[in-house]
Amino acid sequence: MTASGSARIGEYVIEHLTYLSNKPQTSLINFTVINYDTVFFSVLLAVLFAGSFYWVARRMAAGGTGAPRGFQSFVELLVEWVDGQVKDIFHGTNELIAPLALTIFCWVFLFNFMDLLPVDLLPGIAHTVGLSHLKVVPSTDLNGVFGLSLPVFFLTLYYSIKVKGARGFLAELTLQPFTSKNVFVQALFVPINFLLESVTQIARPLSLALRLFGNIFAGEMIFVLLALLTLVHGYAMLGTLGGWGLAIMQLALTFLWGVFHLLIITIQAFIFMVLTVVYLSMAHERH
Amino acid sequence: MHINLTLLVQMLAFAALVWFTMKFVWPMILGPMQERERRIAQGLAAADKGAEELKQARAGAEAILREARERAGVILDQAQHSANEVIEQARVAATQEGQRLVAAAKQQIELEAARAREQLRQQVGEIAVAAAAKLLEREIDPRAHEALLEEFAAQI
Repeated sequence: MTASGSARIGEYVIEHLTYLSNKPQTSLINFTVINYDTVFFSVLLAVLFAGSFYWVARRMAAGGTGAPRGFQSFVELLVEWVDGQVKDIFHGTNELIAPLALTIFCWVFLFNFMDLLPVDLLPGIAHTVGLSHLKVVPSTDLNGVFGLSLPVFFLTLYYSIKVKGARGFLAELTLQPFTSKNVFVQALFVPINFLLESVTQIARPLSLALRLFGNIFAGEMIFVLLALLTLVHGYAMLGTLGGWGLAIMQLALTFLWGVFHLLIITIQAFIFMVLTVVYLSMAHERH
Repeated sequence: MHINLTLLVQMLAFAALVWFTMKFVWPMILGPMQERERRIAQGLAAADKGAEELKQARAGAEAILREARERAGVILDQAQHSANEVIEQARVAATQEGQRLVAAAKQQIELEAARAREQLRQQVGEIAVAAAAKLLEREIDPRAHEALLEEFAAQI
């Protein structure tokens, strides 16, 4: 492989990792930068989800209880399934949790599904209309995944305090897992308990976000790397047998990875939903 | 791998989406679904009840039919019985009538025979008187000899 070839590979990969933002970001956190692509695609997918489900919901509310058909059956199946999952995990009455779970599952699935579009399809179209970069999968953006897990984290804090009271919540943070009958020993345990419990609490949104991010980002990277198989050679490679071999190999591997990834994106959406319900359920539990 | 303003926008979008789903999507789908579930359950219960009622009605109809058949048999028996009776009575009446007629005819015949005999006797008497008169060449006074003539006639 020539030096210009590897330079092109590096360029290609970096291009697929760069957001369409208002300005380049150099520091880790900078709230004056915004990624237009992540916002655009997540809002587009939100509109797609909310619009299609609202369309069905309005027809159901207006048309009474006729026999379900087509897309309505699919929506009902999904709603009933999510309702069952939530009822299995969460034993209480909270009007928010089931719709929240449905929203998370559908939105995250749609985020992830963008990963199955050919890696260069939408960025290629963007190039032709003059956009420099385009990242189409919102769940490969840390902002995208933390944008989901932080609100869930805030909700768990809110319900913990609401259900157990501020004192109950503080007690949960400081009086376990180490307990002692001796008051002085217990006082010694308080900072240790607080440290451990804080780590537990903070690890939840972090793991929730990074699990999704890691899986989808890795999947996307595989697609990008598979695209590299034929990248540097251009159409000239179709003149040689080896070139055809590479092209067919890329096609076959991309297909296989796509099939496997279809499973991963569904499972990740499901895990995100279930863990959200589990965390909210734990927030509602009294000790 | 940077955190920026996108995070806040995503959080707001998420909150708005969850609010929308909670307000306009979830209850409007689950509500009609539960309503339909309830109606299906009701429909099935009604169908069961209907089937049960049909079974009972069938059993009732069967009983009524059986009773009607029994009564029809009884009525038929009675009718046959009374018909037999009527026939019997008619036969008895006819026999009696026949006997009566036969008796009347016999009486008539006897009467006729008696009258014929009487006539014959008178004629024989007359013939005998005439014969005797011829024999005696004189007229016998029928009035004087009536007793004698009667005696003759009775002997014939």
